[in-house]
Amino acid sequence: MGVYQYDLIDADMLRDRAEAFRDQVSRRLSGALTEDQFKPLRLMNGLYLQLHAYMLRVAIPYGSLNSAQLNRLAAISRRFDKGYGHFTTRTNIQFHWIRLKDAPDILDALAEVGLHAIQTSGNCIRNTTTDPYAGAAADEADDPRVWCEAIRQWSTFHPEFTYLPRKFKIAVTASAQDRTAARVHDIGLKLRRDAHGALGFEVMVGGGLGRTPYIGKTIRDHLPAHRLLSYLTAILRVYNRLGRRDNIYKARIKVLVASLGAETFAELVESEWRSLDGEMLDLPDVELARIRGAFAAEAFEPRPLRSEIFEGAKRSDPAFARFARRNVLAHKKPGYAIVNVPLKAPGAPPGDCSADQMEVVADLARRYSMDDVRVTHAQNLVLPHVKLDDLPLVFARLQAEGLATPNLDLVSDIIACPGLDYCALANTRAIPIAQQIAERFADPEMAERVGELKIKISGCINACGHHHVGHIGILGVDKKGEEFYQISLGGSGAEDAALGSILGPALSASRVVEAVDALVDAYLAVRRPAERFLDTYRRLGPDPFKEAVYADADQA
Amino acid sequence: MRTLIRLEKGAFVVGEDLFAMVGPDEPLPAGPVILPLRRFQAEGAAVLDEGRALGVRLEPHERVEDLAYDLPRIAVVALAFPKFRDGRAYSAAVLLRRRLGFQGEVRAVGDVLRDQAFEMVRCGFDGFVPADGSGAQDWAAAAGRYRHVYQAAADARAPAFVERRG
Repeated sequence: MGVYQYDLIDADMLRDRAEAFRDQVSRRLSGALTEDQFKPLRLMNGLYLQLHAYMLRVAIPYGSLNSAQLNRLAAISRRFDKGYGHFTTRTNIQFHWIRLKDAPDILDALAEVGLHAIQTSGNCIRNTTTDPYAGAAADEADDPRVWCEAIRQWSTFHPEFTYLPRKFKIAVTASAQDRTAARVHDIGLKLRRDAHGALGFEVMVGGGLGRTPYIGKTIRDHLPAHRLLSYLTAILRVYNRLGRRDNIYKARIKVLVASLGAETFAELVESEWRSLDGEMLDLPDVELARIRGAFAAEAFEPRPLRSEIFEGAKRSDPAFARFARRNVLAHKKPGYAIVNVPLKAPGAPPGDCSADQMEVVADLARRYSMDDVRVTHAQNLVLPHVKLDDLPLVFARLQAEGLATPNLDLVSDIIACPGLDYCALANTRAIPIAQQIAERFADPEMAERVGELKIKISGCINACGHHHVGHIGILGVDKKGEEFYQISLGGSGAEDAALGSILGPALSASRVVEAVDALVDAYLAVRRPAERFLDTYRRLGPDPFKEAVYADADQA
Repeated sequence: MRTLIRLEKGAFVVGEDLFAMVGPDEPLPAGPVILPLRRFQAEGAAVLDEGRALGVRLEPHERVEDLAYDLPRIAVVALAFPKFRDGRAYSAAVLLRRRLGFQGEVRAVGDVLRDQAFEMVRCGFDGFVPADGSGAQDWAAAAGRYRHVYQAAADARAPAFVERRG
């Protein structure tokens, strides 16, 4: 199938890692290692100590899974956790109720299907993310997964870049529509063709969210694609040597780029890169071809553009028609479609997925989507290659599992961090706020009328819920032991990337949903035809929205 | 007295440390010494003229490139790890080996732990003064943890993309 399959070398790497960790856990359980000594070792294996238990973060390289892998995640969640997992904005999955003694067995079980927890935490290069529609989107310059896999291998156990000043995140997009939030990554890479048809990357550096958000700066317009790894080496080396290490909140590359200025930073990188010639850092063409071949093997059948089965089902079933309108997108091949599977059912924490749901999606992927499932940055799943003829069947099975909420990019398709319910850092509960908003806009007709509206919620200023780039961003803040929520408007993580601006004073938890309601009403009252919430805000500025939320604040 | 572990022809052995590590203000002892960079720049030539073996200690913020001109006369470059999380010395070691062609000993000093053995060896370190009481066997086990590597570094290991071509 058209997904990179691990060869013997890749498999050995995972086995060696699992074995090393088994040894470290046994040294910890026997007392030979103190918790202090063990902490950096477990963090390198994605094992966090959270409020209630250990959390294990499993990497899903560039968000791509086959059915065997997804089934294995379901089995692990049943055997070692509470029967569900949480998909993250880094397209990984987290298990929140793990016992330390089980962790080595879990890593073994993961390694059997080519999965692992390598570099899902710690100050190293984290899982690279990409477009969830890679290989299916009509508008991509080339398949970004080829380069993600090259980066995966290059960054895995990179000896020079294991102890960076801070964590490091890379996103690769290849489409005009950026579904990866590339501009708010440490490095964002946009694959494109130049006027002569040659593949290259626009290299963006120094974006990021957290306490001090930045939009990334382009330091190269068109890096020849086959020079990617040496160029990344140069960037990482400059950062490793010059990034701040005296203050954890100023240690990300965004702060270095901002303090040097993007031009100076770019000069340092270019100079380092020119000195790297001939060091065997770039993959030879034969290796790139090997990886590319693994992704090119998708056997699409020639099919008619129009499917009578699909058209008929839309006519006879309004629920299916709505799902098709909202969650099904055009595919590069005639007769196929991209199906978005939301993990945003009203009342459920965003990104949560039960073992039963995982197994249904895995089964659908195997039967109807070339054994391919994607995880999205917005914490949903995707079946990327479904025949139009099969859509009614797929929809029926998804619907039966609560996986057919027709809300892609709508007001209830919310990104939220785990918040105080799980996280030791958070000071507020993000998930209940997300649930309340989703319930308020549960009526699909209402949500569809409102149109694209991306709400993102973070439980604290670390911004794991990406509130800075929400059309509506909501940030939980602690005020003398009470939970308050600050609202910002106008952010975007897409190709029109921008940081939101704070609307006004923070609101108490009980007022958040009515405020969102008021914002939506204000938008509906003044929008132009086909204008998104974000566009209306950009056209009119904050005043009508401020008025809507705060006008009667004194009486409240 | 801390142990010095040397990597010699692929084997980890407990080595005899002939060098005295001298601080910025200490009197200069007899015999081979490792000096801080500033002191090396001021006093290094005189020490070398006496026919003594000489090493230089670099703190993480000090640029290894500043030693380039002097490297042929230097026996040891000691790279400091104030905390094990401070990874700047890995880049310094790679540059010493690959860009500056340094043939002498690259020694890890400071918060040096066995669990860093793999990264250190790959970046070109061949002298280690562990802070965790670990011995040569521990270092051999940790450095040999992975049968394959994915990327070229400062050691001689062939990356996976070379191995795959057979």
